[in-house]
Amino acid sequence: MTPEELAFLRAKAKEIRKLTIDAIGYLGVGHIGGALSLVEALTLLYYRHMRVDPQQPRWPERDWLVLSKGHAGPALYSVLADKGFFPREWLHTLNRGGTSLPSHCDRTLTPGVDMTTGSLGQGLSAALGIALGLRLSGLPGRVYCIIGDGESQEGQIWEAAMAAAHYRVNTLIALLDYNKLQIDGPVREIMNLEDVEAKWRAFGWKVYAVDGHDLEQLDAALTLARSAAGPVLIVLHTIKGKGAFFAEGKVENHNMPVSYELAQEAIRKLDEEEQA
Amino acid sequence: MSASEMRQVYAETLIRLAEANPEIVLLEADLMKAAGTRGFKERFPERTFDVGVAEANMIGIAAGLSATGKIPFTHTFACFASRRVFDQFFISANYARLNVKLVGSDPGITARYNGGTHMPFEDLGLMRIIPGLVVFEPSDPVSLAQLLEESAWRYGCSYLRLHRYAVEPRYPAPQRFTLGKGVVLRDGSDVTLIATGVVMVDEALRAAELLAAQGIDAAVIDMHTLKPLDVELVLTYAEKTGAIVTCENHQIHNGLGSAVAEVLAEYRPTPLQRIGVRDVFGEVGPQDYLLRRFHLTAEDIVAAVRRLRA
Repeated sequence: MTPEELAFLRAKAKEIRKLTIDAIGYLGVGHIGGALSLVEALTLLYYRHMRVDPQQPRWPERDWLVLSKGHAGPALYSVLADKGFFPREWLHTLNRGGTSLPSHCDRTLTPGVDMTTGSLGQGLSAALGIALGLRLSGLPGRVYCIIGDGESQEGQIWEAAMAAAHYRVNTLIALLDYNKLQIDGPVREIMNLEDVEAKWRAFGWKVYAVDGHDLEQLDAALTLARSAAGPVLIVLHTIKGKGAFFAEGKVENHNMPVSYELAQEAIRKLDEEEQA
Repeated sequence: MSASEMRQVYAETLIRLAEANPEIVLLEADLMKAAGTRGFKERFPERTFDVGVAEANMIGIAAGLSATGKIPFTHTFACFASRRVFDQFFISANYARLNVKLVGSDPGITARYNGGTHMPFEDLGLMRIIPGLVVFEPSDPVSLAQLLEESAWRYGCSYLRLHRYAVEPRYPAPQRFTLGKGVVLRDGSDVTLIATGVVMVDEALRAAELLAAQGIDAAVIDMHTLKPLDVELVLTYAEKTGAIVTCENHQIHNGLGSAVAEVLAEYRPTPLQRIGVRDVFGEVGPQDYLLRRFHLTAEDIVAAVRRLRA
């Protein structure tokens, strides 16, 4: 990655982060923590790694994303709006009656959303099914699937992990948003994932672990993942609520009230950081 | 015509459909042997996924396959197809407006020696409350093949409650079956027996013979589709015969009896009796024992008719 590309991605990630904070602040409440921990990953995917066409959201040759932790929808919507899948003004309709941007992802409502998610644990199975379907049809698309750390407590995640390795799917790349927090507290206190990398390796996956906010590390892992012989998991060590001073690293940030003023203050702080 | 194993009809029909349409794929959860679909795997190995004992994952994979344009048929025993994967089928398949065909085999007492854990008396009720889902239970090989084919070509999720064992074709002449349109198997003027599935259509027909010997002229309807229910046919026969008995190999709650009761209560209040399992769990045993144990016999239907006419 050239310094110019890195600078572009860094600026883009900041923009996506601000759009996400603004959308949730405009509504006044939202899943801000798990949305902001994914900003760098979504930025790299949509601005560097995935083949998508905003003019043809269902383009058969595209790469797919299943956001299995569907509550992070607002971060994805910010990316999709910025890419031109739909007008940016839609971001202010988040969770309003009749909106096309519901809190949890819905493939029937939002251009660019590939799978309906929100009932945790189900997205990786769907992503595997998409990968198998594309393989059967001879289509080139890769399938990215983002799962949560709390979500990894669901048994169906491990059913899908077993099956993806069994079917030797080499177009499936999962990203684990390991932000260490879930609704009721720290993951290690609620239900510890222990050595999560070893678990995935034991299920037959290639595993990389990176700082999920470090664009260069993450880019390197995503690049390696594309040439793997089987399914790949990238563990993203992240900070829940990253970049919103009032939420960062706080267990309450899973779904919290965010006043418009607080959101604007957070955005100003990000701008000041930029200038500093 | 001689009896055909329903599972064989199911498997042969699927192979025929899959030959016509390359998008059709099959998913099993270690019950391929029970469903008789090994022939499908031999014919289309690359389009068959036996995911092992992981029903939730099977439904999720099917949803993903459907998102890419495939038409996945998924099968497990009806108890698991309903109770065990209800949320996966509800959210990943139905709520996502995908095209997943779910087949649950061994309805109600036909689970026989597998016993109470495997005896689905709730599956129709669970399926019936999923918005827009097509729910059907054919009662003979001819209607099974036709309705299965219609469900395959119709975009959207469906639930087929599949009897696996040998059944005599009950339709004498070539006949067209359509999802959502019940079939009058026997006309009558005194009471209407509305039945669904192999076991209860058999019992209803036998009950009609017993009633005829007592001078009671009973109509029998094969209500192969529970949803969308053939409301028009229910109301026509409510008017014509003024008394209705529903017959189902399932709880009386939320199944055929409830569906018919809702229609009658809203549009044409009519005396009604429901034959079905009355708020108890399944148990192990031979089918004829279970039929008596849960009061599903032709004699139970006759007794219900007599209660209506008392």
